Amino acid sequence: MTLPIEQDVSRFRQIVRGAIRQNLRKYISKGELIGRQGKDVVSIPVPQIELPSFRFGEPRGGVGQGEGEPGTPIGQPQPGQGDGAAGDEPGDHLLEAEVTLEELAELLGEELELPRIQPKGKRNLESQVLRYQGLRRVGPAGLRYFKRTYREALKRQLAYGTYNWDRPTIIPVHDDMRYRSWKTTVRPENNAVVIYMMDVSGSMTERKKELVRLTTFWIDTWLRAHYPHLDFRYVVHDAAAHEVDAQTFYHLQENGGTCISSAYELCQQIISADYPVNDWNLYAFHFSDGENSGSEDDQRCLRLLHETLLPAVNLFGYGQVQSAGSDLFMNRLEEVKDEKMVRAQINTDDDIYSAIKSFLGKGL
Amino acid sequence: MPTLPFELAEWQTKIEGYARGFGLDFPEIRYEMLDYRVMNEIASYDGFPVRYPHWRFGMEYNRMSKSYAYGLHRIYEMVINTDPCYAYLLASNQLVDQKLVMAHVCGHGDFFKNNLWFAHTNRKMLDEVANHAARMRMHIERYGLERVESFLDACLSLDNLIDVHAAGIRRRPVPVDKPDEPPTVRKMPSKTYMDVFINPPQFLAEQQRQLDAAAQQHKQVPEEPERDVLLFLLEHAPLENWQHDVLDIVREEAYYFAPQGQTKIMNEGWASFIHSHLMTEHILEPTEVIDYAQHHSGTVANHPGHVNPYKLGLELLRHIEDRWNRGAFGPEYEACDTYEARRQWDKRLGLGRQKVFEVRRIYNDVGFIDEYLTEDFVREQGLFTYEYNASTRQYEIATRDFEAIKRRLLFQLTNFGRPIVDVVEGNHENRGELYLVHRHDGVDLDLAYADDTLRNLFTLWSRPVHVETAVQGQGRVLLSCGPHGNTRQKLN
Repeated sequence: MTLPIEQDVSRFRQIVRGAIRQNLRKYISKGELIGRQGKDVVSIPVPQIELPSFRFGEPRGGVGQGEGEPGTPIGQPQPGQGDGAAGDEPGDHLLEAEVTLEELAELLGEELELPRIQPKGKRNLESQVLRYQGLRRVGPAGLRYFKRTYREALKRQLAYGTYNWDRPTIIPVHDDMRYRSWKTTVRPENNAVVIYMMDVSGSMTERKKELVRLTTFWIDTWLRAHYPHLDFRYVVHDAAAHEVDAQTFYHLQENGGTCISSAYELCQQIISADYPVNDWNLYAFHFSDGENSGSEDDQRCLRLLHETLLPAVNLFGYGQVQSAGSDLFMNRLEEVKDEKMVRAQINTDDDIYSAIKSFLGKGL
Repeated sequence: MPTLPFELAEWQTKIEGYARGFGLDFPEIRYEMLDYRVMNEIASYDGFPVRYPHWRFGMEYNRMSKSYAYGLHRIYEMVINTDPCYAYLLASNQLVDQKLVMAHVCGHGDFFKNNLWFAHTNRKMLDEVANHAARMRMHIERYGLERVESFLDACLSLDNLIDVHAAGIRRRPVPVDKPDEPPTVRKMPSKTYMDVFINPPQFLAEQQRQLDAAAQQHKQVPEEPERDVLLFLLEHAPLENWQHDVLDIVREEAYYFAPQGQTKIMNEGWASFIHSHLMTEHILEPTEVIDYAQHHSGTVANHPGHVNPYKLGLELLRHIEDRWNRGAFGPEYEACDTYEARRQWDKRLGLGRQKVFEVRRIYNDVGFIDEYLTEDFVREQGLFTYEYNASTRQYEIATRDFEAIKRRLLFQLTNFGRPIVDVVEGNHENRGELYLVHRHDGVDLDLAYADDTLRNLFTLWSRPVHVETAVQGQGRVLLSCGPHGNTRQKLN
């Protein structure tokens, strides 16, 4: 159930974010509630907008109640009580309990003006729902339907004339028994999988991986907002490719050379093994610093992309992080003319912003 | 919305029986059981199920939901001043809480019905507010959300400029039917040939000029300074029909909610007084005592930074009941100057109950504190005033002096702790400009806020607007706002 007030809430949030009514921005104050989460003291931001009105300025003060001599500090007075305006900075022991992921995705979408994703393909039959409806004559004792059984027995006794009006005892026999029965309905849903590939060769420093981590976080957030069940697969490669879990993916450091085609091959294998193209929305992202082992391997990559990967996926994103040098994999990819192919250069934190926009800006 | 479960409905009948037995007189009470989301929603709407759309309700809801989610705060009870009286119960509460709330609500219902300051309020406000919502939605549909909301914000920024005492006082002289002809000088009777001498033309002209000047003076708008600024704007500001309607809605709701602000301490005090009587004397079962004690002490707990209206009101009412039971009042008692003797004073009059009922009928917070806050009470309750100490960057207890505390409390309560501002001229310097005066009584306005408020006022009035105030160390100051923005100038 949506409450009517949700509209007011979203209007308020828009004002706080500065999307509308810019002239109210100056009245926003960063209110906060102090709460507890386990052992931690957390600060819960509750922005407030106070419309201007004729009111008193200084001095601040009021009336209180309790122990203490003149000069005893009393802590923060409650805002809004008396004319004591609270507003000193909170202590530095506070953590921020911030927005939820859904809100974050919404913010992201608004900020970058991302289009909603149009899931492709037919809807995949996915989750099954049990519903108890209807009756059966056989079934487990746990599903016995007392009321209907009683009614059947009563009907039978009346029909046969065995019903005793003075001693109205109803005794069901086997044929009277009724049990609940169920039906399964299937709910169609869109399935999606994200395959992340990353270069973990010696030239990929911690800093580069951090940029990848930040970028993937935003991609995850956005895709999760569109697909309720999202699968993730992670592939790392240096000279050879391996599938790993998320933890390893973000923290592994190898020392080998680079052979990108190995990753694309593995990606292709994962898709053909687990994700029939017609039923799945496939997203592949590859991050590398662009230093591939040689033009021969580059050619192999392009061939793989053209022949198998690009026809299969919804989107193929290539992010090149902090690359030096000139003849890089990025330039090779320019030859690929396909709207599913998106390239982005990520050199600093600021580039993440534009990278996300180019990765997700097509709504594929 | 679900009706009351059987067990609670039964308790409602019982509790209302006890309450009427105690002498309370309240309208029919209708309870609604709500889950916390709807409860928060209705609380954000100030107790009404339907309000016009506005972001500030969303802001409130946002705050309440977060505070509820982190377990910092929950609304046990809400009741609105209508007939029948609507009250809301939080569905997840235990039985003992629900009983406590019902007893508390009886107190509020009785207060709404009997306190003089609520006498003028519209008891069908539920419908009225829903009508306001419908009208507002219509305007939004016709003129656009952005436009209506901006105008509404401008009105809301002025909504404390009402005359809270207007309901009880006739401020404007009763209009007397006067002939509309312009006044003319009466001539002395004379023969035609003598007329030039008896009524010399220069003299007549002079007389006529004086009469005209007086009539001009009479035409000044407003004739007397007007405290109900919103009413003045409704009557004189060049507003479009929809704007007029929006302003009217804001003003009507401001007047409806004003008595609740005026009687916060008394209203909550009275309801707490009632619930503690009913609960401890009739309703509580032995197993519920601990829970009751915990929740009661939660509502009347002290927070050092502010006065808890529940606590102050409850204690002051008990203090009054005790004094009148002992006969501790009148000139003889006032003259008694030892604390010990006053404490021991007992004439066994037993007038306490009668007195508190009288108090709940005729006072608002200002009168209540002014009349009954005594030095003994202040000492017993440990009240103090606090100030902000700039050198230590924190709030500190300033004094426990009785006079200072009382002055401070009354200052906080007078006009809701808001400055008093009157309209003095609607046609300032014959240029159609609006001239307000802040009745300065020792505390300055927040000038930055005043400037912004003036800007909102200017959008309504559409000619330049001024407010005269004083700034410590600078004397009288005139703040103005016109098409070229805000200006300030010193006055002599």
